[in-house]
Amino acid sequence: MKHLFLMLLVAIFAASAQAKEAVPMAEDPVIEARLVRISDDLRCLVCQNESLSGSHADLAKDLRREIRGLIKAGKTDAEILDFMVARYGDFVLYRPPVKPTTWLLWGGPFVLLIGAVVGLLNFVRRRTKASVASAKPAELSDAERQRAANLLGTTSSSISQKDTQS
Amino acid sequence: MKRYLIPAALFVVLIGFLAVGLKRDPRDVPSPLVGKPAPAFTLPQLDTEKPFSTGDLRGQVWLLNVWASWCVSCRDEHPVLVKFSRSGATPAVPIVGLNYKDQIGDAKAWLTRFGNPYVLSAVDLDGRVGIDYGVYGVPETYVIDKRGIIRMKHTGPITERSLAERIVPLLAELNKEGG
Repeated sequence: MKHLFLMLLVAIFAASAQAKEAVPMAEDPVIEARLVRISDDLRCLVCQNESLSGSHADLAKDLRREIRGLIKAGKTDAEILDFMVARYGDFVLYRPPVKPTTWLLWGGPFVLLIGAVVGLLNFVRRRTKASVASAKPAELSDAERQRAANLLGTTSSSISQKDTQS
Repeated sequence: MKRYLIPAALFVVLIGFLAVGLKRDPRDVPSPLVGKPAPAFTLPQLDTEKPFSTGDLRGQVWLLNVWASWCVSCRDEHPVLVKFSRSGATPAVPIVGLNYKDQIGDAKAWLTRFGNPYVLSAVDLDGRVGIDYGVYGVPETYVIDKRGIIRMKHTGPITERSLAERIVPLLAELNKEGG
């Protein structure tokens, strides 16, 4: 009887141990949700244009395992990101921090935008000036004046007068 | 003529950026660990039961080379390491292997087949030490100085050229430093 009881106990424990092993890694939906949220913002270093949450690379699986461990250990998101940055650098972050080495990265687009606006304003101003200048009647040379006078059958002085009047 | 000068200059600058970008290796991510203490670890060795600790090599300049039998570019690198280890530089600069996420049997067979440049290989079965070192593409090599500080990281296979131009001069310099 005692043996039977022991065997039963062993069987139960074995069954529960097996059941535990069969449980997928996603045992806790809260942890998994946090894992996905954190690893969405992290770059997989093996396939550099994929996020850590979407990558099937071995390293990505290992890193997700590490992050899962850190979550279970009660680390904050910031601590987990620090863990990653300490090992792989800012490159792992899809949102790099603002600091002297990334000023160009963050500010560059705005610098380009301002440059483009200044360039555009300059261009427009120059064009307006040019079109105003071209709107003015062109000065006639003496030869042209003479030719116009011949065509109109008047003297060149009257043309010249008209020209200055306008 | 002058009005073309600015666009032409911008074009040259753009081409310059693109040319530099083309030549850069996107896989060569600068490691934040350079200049920081090498993460300490204690791992079993490939050949003996005796564990290896990073502290064992304190006071020495050494190389940590991350390798695996499944790693294809490690085969390109391996002859360079074997040659280097036989060049007489190794007594001064030991190469420690970090056998990364490998099968023990495969790793041993690989060293028998291609030669063993390592004074020892530490076995990192689950890749945890690799993560501490920021390993993302095997092979990777770390130059660690007498105080246990990582002074350089080389990602990808070491070539004769990178060895002669970058690693050997650095090792000579580090060996002159006090412990």
